[in-house]
Amino acid sequence: MSKTKIEDPEDRGIVSVADWTKPRIRHTMRASHAVLLVVLAVSGLGPLLWLGKAALTPTQDTLRTPLAIFPNGIEWQNVVTAWSTIHLDVQFANTLWVAAGSWAVQIIVATTAGYALSILRPRYAGVLNALVLGTLFVPSVVLLVPLYLTVLDVPFVGISLINTFWAVWLPAGASAFNVLLVKRFFDNLPREVFEAARTDGASSFRLFWSIVLPMSKPIVGVVSVFAIIAAWKDFLWPSLVLIDPLVQPLSVRLPALQQSIELGVYLAALAISSIIPILLFLVFQRMFLRGAGLGGAVKG
Amino acid sequence: MTALDERPSVVDPPQPAAATSQRRRPSTPRTWLRNGGLSNFLFLVPMLLIFGMFSWYPIVQSFVMSFQKTNLVTAPSFVGLDNFVKVLQDPLFLTAAQNTVWFAMLALLFGYPIPLIAAVLMSEVRRAKGLFSALAYLPVVVPPVVAVLLWKFFYDASPTGVFNSILAIVGIGPQPWIQSITAAMPSLVLEATWAGAGGTIIIYLAALTGVAPELYDAAEVDGASIWQKIWHITLPQLRGILLITLILQVIGTAQVFLEPFLFTAGGPANSTITVLLLIYRYAFQNSLGGDYGAATALSLMLAIFLAVLSVVYFRLTKSWSQN
Repeated sequence: MSKTKIEDPEDRGIVSVADWTKPRIRHTMRASHAVLLVVLAVSGLGPLLWLGKAALTPTQDTLRTPLAIFPNGIEWQNVVTAWSTIHLDVQFANTLWVAAGSWAVQIIVATTAGYALSILRPRYAGVLNALVLGTLFVPSVVLLVPLYLTVLDVPFVGISLINTFWAVWLPAGASAFNVLLVKRFFDNLPREVFEAARTDGASSFRLFWSIVLPMSKPIVGVVSVFAIIAAWKDFLWPSLVLIDPLVQPLSVRLPALQQSIELGVYLAALAISSIIPILLFLVFQRMFLRGAGLGGAVKG
Repeated sequence: MTALDERPSVVDPPQPAAATSQRRRPSTPRTWLRNGGLSNFLFLVPMLLIFGMFSWYPIVQSFVMSFQKTNLVTAPSFVGLDNFVKVLQDPLFLTAAQNTVWFAMLALLFGYPIPLIAAVLMSEVRRAKGLFSALAYLPVVVPPVVAVLLWKFFYDASPTGVFNSILAIVGIGPQPWIQSITAAMPSLVLEATWAGAGGTIIIYLAALTGVAPELYDAAEVDGASIWQKIWHITLPQLRGILLITLILQVIGTAQVFLEPFLFTAGGPANSTITVLLLIYRYAFQNSLGGDYGAATALSLMLAIFLAVLSVVYFRLTKSWSQN
């Protein structure tokens, strides 16, 4: 008993080591954990496994016996039709483009702004910082209509960004959350390194490119995951500014497909749209979960 | 928000190395240039352009436009409070407001206790903790549009619908789900809870690891049971994060759009039309051309309502969260 305690004195929860040795408590805890695991598996994994199954099931089988597993064999044709005949390949490529461009804009804005506000710190940095922070308190609904009209007729430039990817890429960069996340990370980098580089005659650009950026891989990773996932998830905004199906990403195109194509193909389309985010999650699980916990910390 | 800017000033010198030697001198364009003022500014250009154009300018515009008549054909003209009066007199406004409150209340009822119970249980898991978190978080990574469209198929009201087939196994007859005026909103909330609970669970799990083990040790010395430890230590320690997730959830659900838009388009009989759906209809689904004035007026009212609600909420809970 005391041995376990020495092994991980910090890693104790509500139930003490002594409690764990009592059979009644141990069995209740084990049972409730087993129930929780089953509930999580059924609710978290169940719908996705069903979607995977339905994507490969003939339409009539899914309609008649939705819970049966491949009663009449597998229908690979659903996936092939969705990809090449319905041209989901176009939407898939568009989604990648939207995500890549939004990612690039967000990284450029967040790292340069974070660098300037945290490390270079000109006199007016405080004012800018407050202006950026202020936008966090404005709910996105307020922006919807005026942002739409801005993109419809960009001030000073006088062009419309409708049906161009720029309409999604550029507004994605205006994320106060990213700027603050990166700024806070830079605030905690050791000042001595920058001062040493300055003494050696490094310019602001050199300092940014050769020292600050290589040191900021962890935060760039977190911002990247957020940016790509957000771009993949977004619906309302891209549905307003990307009206032409040829430039629409998956999320915008899917609701329109609902009425016009066969159910089996449609479900295959839904499955294709979820594969990349789910794979990304499985590969970068720790980064996702850390990011989710971080979201709570920053919002607090 | 305070966590972000509250840094001990001892850690960071107030000025970076480049500016220290010149700090006291008056700033002329030449010294500004020599001290790297230009390169400092260059690094801020991307942020100034993007935030200026796509954040600050639209925020200012939303105030201006709510007092204007804007139809993209003639030049905008100021109409005073007409837009606000128009919205408040719209019979759909009251329906949308009530539905949004109903959605928010149901979302709290479904979505607030479940993640907390799950997180407290999960924090006690000794083996394969990662598996629990991964399973809980999985629905969050599914694109929301896919989740809604998939659930829309699950909610098929025919006896061979997915959920109705499952209910048939336990002997319950087919339910109308999103086709019924009374069941539509709870069905929407059920899907929204499924899609969002994982994120909250992870936030609570992170907070639970921050509870000092010594507190539990001390309670055990006093002979506290497991329930007493949860009630007197765990929950009070989580109070701050619980208060914040509550108001954030209310702010989030007040802006619900995707579920009513894709599941029911506000139906049946306007039973799921929400404030955001009404804003969308004013601006983008108007047969007479977009009524951008009414849409921004309603957005602004919603934002002001949420701001007032947050301030009142934090006032009311202030003493409680500091005890």
